[in-house]
Amino acid sequence: MKKVYVNEDWCLACHLCEFYCAAANSGKSLINAFKYSDKKPVPRIRVEEGSEVNFAVQCRHCDAKPCVKGCIAGALSVVDGVVVCDENKCVGCYTCVLSCPYGCVVIDEEGHRIQKCDLCTKNHNGEPACVQGCPNKAIVFEER
Amino acid sequence: MNYVIIGNSAAAIGTISGIREIDSTGKITVISDEKYHTYSRPLISYWLEGKVSDKNIYYRPADFYEKNGVETILGKKAVKIEKDKKCVVLEDGISVPYDKLMVATGSKPFVPPMNGLEKTNYHTFMSYDSVKTIRSELREGMKVLIIGAGLIGLKAAEALHAYNAKITVVDMADRILPSILDERAAMKMQKYIESKGVKFILKTSAEEFTEHKAKLKNGEDVDFDMLIVAVGVRPNTELIADAGGKVERGVITDMTQKTSLDDIYSAGDCTVSYDASSDTEKILALLPNAYMQGEVAGRNMAGREFYYVNAIPMNAIGFFGKHIISAGSYDGEEYIAETENTYKKLVFRDNRLVGYILMGDVERAGIYTSMIKERIDLGEVDVEMLKSKPQMMMFGKARREEKLGGIIK
Repeated sequence: MKKVYVNEDWCLACHLCEFYCAAANSGKSLINAFKYSDKKPVPRIRVEEGSEVNFAVQCRHCDAKPCVKGCIAGALSVVDGVVVCDENKCVGCYTCVLSCPYGCVVIDEEGHRIQKCDLCTKNHNGEPACVQGCPNKAIVFEER
Repeated sequence: MNYVIIGNSAAAIGTISGIREIDSTGKITVISDEKYHTYSRPLISYWLEGKVSDKNIYYRPADFYEKNGVETILGKKAVKIEKDKKCVVLEDGISVPYDKLMVATGSKPFVPPMNGLEKTNYHTFMSYDSVKTIRSELREGMKVLIIGAGLIGLKAAEALHAYNAKITVVDMADRILPSILDERAAMKMQKYIESKGVKFILKTSAEEFTEHKAKLKNGEDVDFDMLIVAVGVRPNTELIADAGGKVERGVITDMTQKTSLDDIYSAGDCTVSYDASSDTEKILALLPNAYMQGEVAGRNMAGREFYYVNAIPMNAIGFFGKHIISAGSYDGEEYIAETENTYKKLVFRDNRLVGYILMGDVERAGIYTSMIKERIDLGEVDVEMLKSKPQMMMFGKARREEKLGGIIK
């Protein structure tokens, strides 16, 4: 299955992936999402910055899937290998935040429920927006 | 293969998933004394509060049983396991034969003997039916007394607050949420919940009840229109015990979730688990634990060997918008950081992170959880980064590459 991978030696920590991610999932353009929204959309990918390396992290769609198995509401499920969240079912208990070893389940801008990377399968972006938006090809979408 | 599952919550659903990973054709029958399609027990407070609809309380989609080839016997209690005949006897006398049996009977509310309790119309807070009854009797602005300041009692308080109930919570303990919080965090959370209008009376208990009044041992009287008893739960172990299986505080299983009885497995809140963070045996009544135990059991029932390891106490819960995530053991050297609205405690022992409490700011807590479960030595991480916030940066490059899938060659 194709997943998103990051080369930490190439990441510039420009945070563009976060902007593209948040905008793609908000259904708005970059400008509308960030310039003309009351609440800025929260990205599902996060850049960690260090003194020597930087890298972006998002859901690994891992084999163990502790978030799906622990979800008290049955809101998280696996569709064709992709871990997706039914936002209508999520009650915001954050058991998945407790369970995810990568820290990749994020709390939405309202602070009421979670959202997570679904490899842009639920928006209209096609390919993952973070990969498309990375100016240094530090983020790739590939089979390994 | 003919599989029978007693119970219809998380452990049962995990069992079905585990079986179907390996055996797509064996017959599976689910027996439950509750009449409902599998629903999420922790969602009953959200349902009562009006945050979860009748449709969304269900734990799996409506076609779940059909898609997984599961037959159901709902609304009938399993009363006996005849292990020699390999069958389960239902309350109406019907026998259901099995090749492999899962006992996922969960727990029941514990109602301690209290003087005069029988004169009250008290409720427990454990099942869909219990909150439906509460809903039918509830009126705006009612005076509600809740006995028990634990997870269940306070989720009940939060739900009832939505009806402008005047809520008093009484508990014998000296603090709220003693199962997950230390004194300091409990005090902060108590103040926060009090600011929403809930009253706490701690370090005392009810001396005597009359129909609408509790006389407390500290001399106070509390009037109520509705009484909820949420003191704790006890595992449903009778079926296994009566069949001669090993039971201590809960059902004893091996690492494959098999009980001491041939072809009989058990998972979830009715069982005793091994807590890897404190190296002790205890009941870990947690939904993720139940599901994952069930899944391991199901795989073993279907003939493939798997072990359930690395279980730890862990909890994510929120009250009135303030969230708590906690995990592991609190016995060790502490690091504490707090602000007006947040609290963080990290507990270290044997050069490892063994437990934590996060309140207010819970982001990325799972990175801490993984440190505990994977027993990662502090020598492998940047401890200052660990203390400042959960982040993948604290791991060395090699472990990070392993975790995140490697760098691009």
